[in-house]
Amino acid sequence: MVETALFYAFAVLTIAGAILTVTLRNAIHCAISLIGSLAGVAGLYLLQQAEFLFAVQIVLYIGGIMVLFLFVIMLVNLDAAAKERQYHRHWLAAAVCVAGTGALFTAFLLRGQTLVKPAAVEQAEPVAGNVETIAVALFQQFLVPFEVASLLLLVAIVGGVVMAKKRI
Amino acid sequence: MNLYYTSTDHFVLLPAILLALFGCATLLFDFLVFPDPRQRRWLLICLVLGEACAGIRFWRQQEFLNAYGGELTAFNGALTVDQFGLFFQWIFLATTLIVGLISYKYLEVREEHHGEYYGLLMLAQCGMFFLACGTELVTIFVGLETMAVTFYILVGFLRADKRSNEAAMKYLLLGGLSSGFLAYGFSVLYGIAGSTKLRVIAEAVSARNAWDPILLLAIATTAVGLLFKISAAPFHMWAPDAYEGAPTSITAFLAVGSKAASFALLMRLFFGPLGSARESWAPLMIAASILSMIIGNFAAVTQTNTKRLLAYSGVNHAGYILLGLIAGNPTGLKGMLVYLLIYTFMNLGAFLVLTVLTRKGLAGEDINDLNGLMQRAPGYAIWMLIFLVSLAGIPPTGGFFGKYFIFLALLETGHTTLAIIAALFVAVSVYYYFRLIKAIFIHKEEQDTPPLATSLGIRLALGVTGVLTLLIGVYPEPFLRLAQMSISR
Repeated sequence: MVETALFYAFAVLTIAGAILTVTLRNAIHCAISLIGSLAGVAGLYLLQQAEFLFAVQIVLYIGGIMVLFLFVIMLVNLDAAAKERQYHRHWLAAAVCVAGTGALFTAFLLRGQTLVKPAAVEQAEPVAGNVETIAVALFQQFLVPFEVASLLLLVAIVGGVVMAKKRI
Repeated sequence: MNLYYTSTDHFVLLPAILLALFGCATLLFDFLVFPDPRQRRWLLICLVLGEACAGIRFWRQQEFLNAYGGELTAFNGALTVDQFGLFFQWIFLATTLIVGLISYKYLEVREEHHGEYYGLLMLAQCGMFFLACGTELVTIFVGLETMAVTFYILVGFLRADKRSNEAAMKYLLLGGLSSGFLAYGFSVLYGIAGSTKLRVIAEAVSARNAWDPILLLAIATTAVGLLFKISAAPFHMWAPDAYEGAPTSITAFLAVGSKAASFALLMRLFFGPLGSARESWAPLMIAASILSMIIGNFAAVTQTNTKRLLAYSGVNHAGYILLGLIAGNPTGLKGMLVYLLIYTFMNLGAFLVLTVLTRKGLAGEDINDLNGLMQRAPGYAIWMLIFLVSLAGIPPTGGFFGKYFIFLALLETGHTTLAIIAALFVAVSVYYYFRLIKAIFIHKEEQDTPPLATSLGIRLALGVTGVLTLLIGVYPEPFLRLAQMSISR
């Protein structure tokens, strides 16, 4: 009962934040509503007993990525941006996209199980706790991609330096 | 099963570790040990050493497989070393080595000679390693992205050149889009199987009807992502711009290394887990193949920029290699491998001659820049003739055998119409290759063009690519045996 109430609270927070992010005029206000939306998602993770994702969502998205967003917003001329027209008037294209996505959602909600027949997910070794399970998955089952991802990031950093610096 | 890192894991992964270590070492050496621009050749030597070490490890794996047969699975099924994967590892090794050799002089001439280049070459090869021997979707995807991100940087390496910036931007955007498609396809495959391992996916796919809607979705998105990467039409639009703007040595790497790696993945997926749904993806591949031949050939006819011309010829070749997949029998698989092997050497050779034409203040990418090459440098002219004849698929060069096995496979499986269409397009392709040959041998040289930018490394690479292109055509048995061995499980 409490769980259902919490779910609806977080869901409303997520959706309202998302709507405000695209409709508000002031970019700073948009960023703050995005924080609300991300916090709602974090709450949903917690309801699913995914503590690790909850913590990552708070630390990385609300902490790190939002600060980056705010940095970028500070570099933009807010007064000029606020005067510009906010929406393209492409009602037809928007209506088609919304109708298509809506139809897809309805189809999956009503007939998804029979249409798609998803397979049972291969379970990692049962360990106590969510964080431990993720650790086992990352460092046993997905050890190689986990390590290769660090190479990928290294390449991206080197690329950023090569592209941006005048003298290398 | 609580051992994190067994000796088998070590044996399988060691070449990639060596490549990554040497790549990082090159980045550090450039900064700490050899900061002087005149010491850049040590970085090239570092690359050669790294490739030699990786080569020794690949050789060990090859010896093991030759002795015991079968395959080696490591990391809980994430990586598999088999003859098929090793075949591609050798292609990647040769490609990276040759690209390294031809880059040195070219980067000097273009005044963008930085040590990072050599490090990135090795890291790109490291990404290719996981593409050829990864048997688990996450590993494959991360390897693919490592390779792709490296290529985005290398394509834009001529930072002062607007065309290079533009090429990198276009390649980044379209490459990102195609990776998105591929990731979507992979996620649906995971949904179908409940596991990211190719072995489990194969079972789940074969349990389903080939026209199952969700399976169709997975196949279509995966195929679109891969067709982007191999630059097959109608997903080839990034190729001409990226090939034209990139440094010519990287164009060669892109045209050969990236394409071979993407084909390795394509073959691993479509002959493996998705093989049982053949009837649903065969029409898609046939359409892509025919479109590639049409667009590649007819667009190449009108090009005046040699790099763009070879880009469209690459689209055309991708179409031919796809024909082997459509035939789908062992001959077709063998034909694809032989084709990719020959394509590596003849295409690298052709781009190599183009790098030599680049001088200070002269891009050397116009067809007219080839004029009178026979008088200026008969050696380069004659090797270029061999590469172009081989690209056109005329005996006695290697290119003939690539096409021969593809056609044979098509006829064996009753795709006679396709074989006839493909044979007709060979005639079209002969036209534009001979435009280049005409420029080299018949047109007169313009006054006082500066001498060619050659070096010992370039001559060495030219010798290797040229001799192999000829040798595969004249004495193909060992190479055919190699390809045959790679497909026998």
